[in-house]
Amino acid sequence: MSIRKIPHPDSGLILRDAARRVDLSSRRSFLRHALGLGALTMLTGCDVVDGQSAEQMLSKVSDFNDRVQAWLLNPQRLAPEYPESMITRPFPFNSFYTPNSADKAPRIDPADWLLNVTGKVENTQDWTLERLSSLPQFTQITRHVCIEGWSAIGKFTGIRFSDFLRAVGADLNAKYVTFRCDDHYVTSIDMASALHPQTQLTLGFDGGVLPREHGFPLKLRIPTKLGFKNPKHIGEIEIGDEFTGGFWETYGYNWFSGL
Amino acid sequence: MAHSKPVHPAIVRLTHWVNAAAIMVMIASGLAIHNAHPTLPFAVPPAMTFGLGFIGGLRWHFAAMWVLAANFILMMLYGLASGRFRRKFLPLAPAEVLQTLGDALRGKLAHADLSAYNGVQKLFYMGVLAAIALAILSGLAIWKPVQLQIFTLAFGDFDRARLVHFCAMAAIFLFLLVHVAMALLTPRTIAAMIRGR
Repeated sequence: MSIRKIPHPDSGLILRDAARRVDLSSRRSFLRHALGLGALTMLTGCDVVDGQSAEQMLSKVSDFNDRVQAWLLNPQRLAPEYPESMITRPFPFNSFYTPNSADKAPRIDPADWLLNVTGKVENTQDWTLERLSSLPQFTQITRHVCIEGWSAIGKFTGIRFSDFLRAVGADLNAKYVTFRCDDHYVTSIDMASALHPQTQLTLGFDGGVLPREHGFPLKLRIPTKLGFKNPKHIGEIEIGDEFTGGFWETYGYNWFSGL
Repeated sequence: MAHSKPVHPAIVRLTHWVNAAAIMVMIASGLAIHNAHPTLPFAVPPAMTFGLGFIGGLRWHFAAMWVLAANFILMMLYGLASGRFRRKFLPLAPAEVLQTLGDALRGKLAHADLSAYNGVQKLFYMGVLAAIALAILSGLAIWKPVQLQIFTLAFGDFDRARLVHFCAMAAIFLFLLVHVAMALLTPRTIAAMIRGR
């Protein structure tokens, strides 16, 4: 008997939002700011008569950048690892919600917690924390690079994500892996990056249990991508061929965001 | 006169203005990104970012970079292959730079022959080309610190590469201030860069 929890009452809403890429009010404000740069777009050969076309041009370039980065990704090239002495302590906290305060991080009871696995997988059985913890784990000391420009070196322990995908019988030829989180964050990654040997379902941090502010009980550590592609408090993992975008991607962050 | 060779061939003029536009967008959008986590002890005024904001800054920066890089490669290939850089920038003796500086301080700024550069001009033009190359290389180092980790390593580490990227921008920015001021003082140079003569 498998108990399906109803993890995110409004995850559908978030996804619809994600699919729309840029909501209207932020698009308007973006356009207002972008108008002064209309001159550059002449260089691209686009017929730019208003900010809307400039925004479309930028979205096209961002899609092009996704393809360039997918091409540039060497599935075997490892992110540099660092000695213990270089670990950043305290490790910075950063949230997608405002104010940027760990007080707003969800409080999750490990006894109640379940991980849902959905989409193109053979085994959609839910995972308890206990069952998940029984899988083999490894530790990495890698640099977390934020899109804002700061970076920090941290020590993460968890399951090789490719092991997990094989354990659930995921279709490894599917295009995307989507993460829906218990703090209502959503993001998605390409399958090639998901299968990278350093991509990790993280349960432990700096020698202890993953703390609440860094995503208890489960986060994704993917050192080949920017920080916002490392979701915390994961509640559902979906494998599929349909592009699902993500929270920040909706506002214009580049989707692939590889390092 | 109409049939004489232009001071600046069409390819030089084209790449100059494309470069000028791309550099302006890269600096303004880069400063918008900078403000999310300033390298300077303060955020630069929004006016210098064209009011792009952080996300707008990111989107413009990662679009204009292609224009800047492609155009810069074209500019360098032409300058090196045609021998133009060698003819215009070399030889460069320190005495020549000091001579020009001395003249400038005494108010004797002359630019009668637009096809020949004085010592300071040679130094500045070679310097800004080097600064743009450095900005591109350090940009690659912080854009792809895993896939292109050799670049990041060449600058030391991620933070060092980020600092180099900022300093290269600052050098280009300072060049721009002097370059535009000098051009405005001698409007004939602007005409030459538009019409060729």
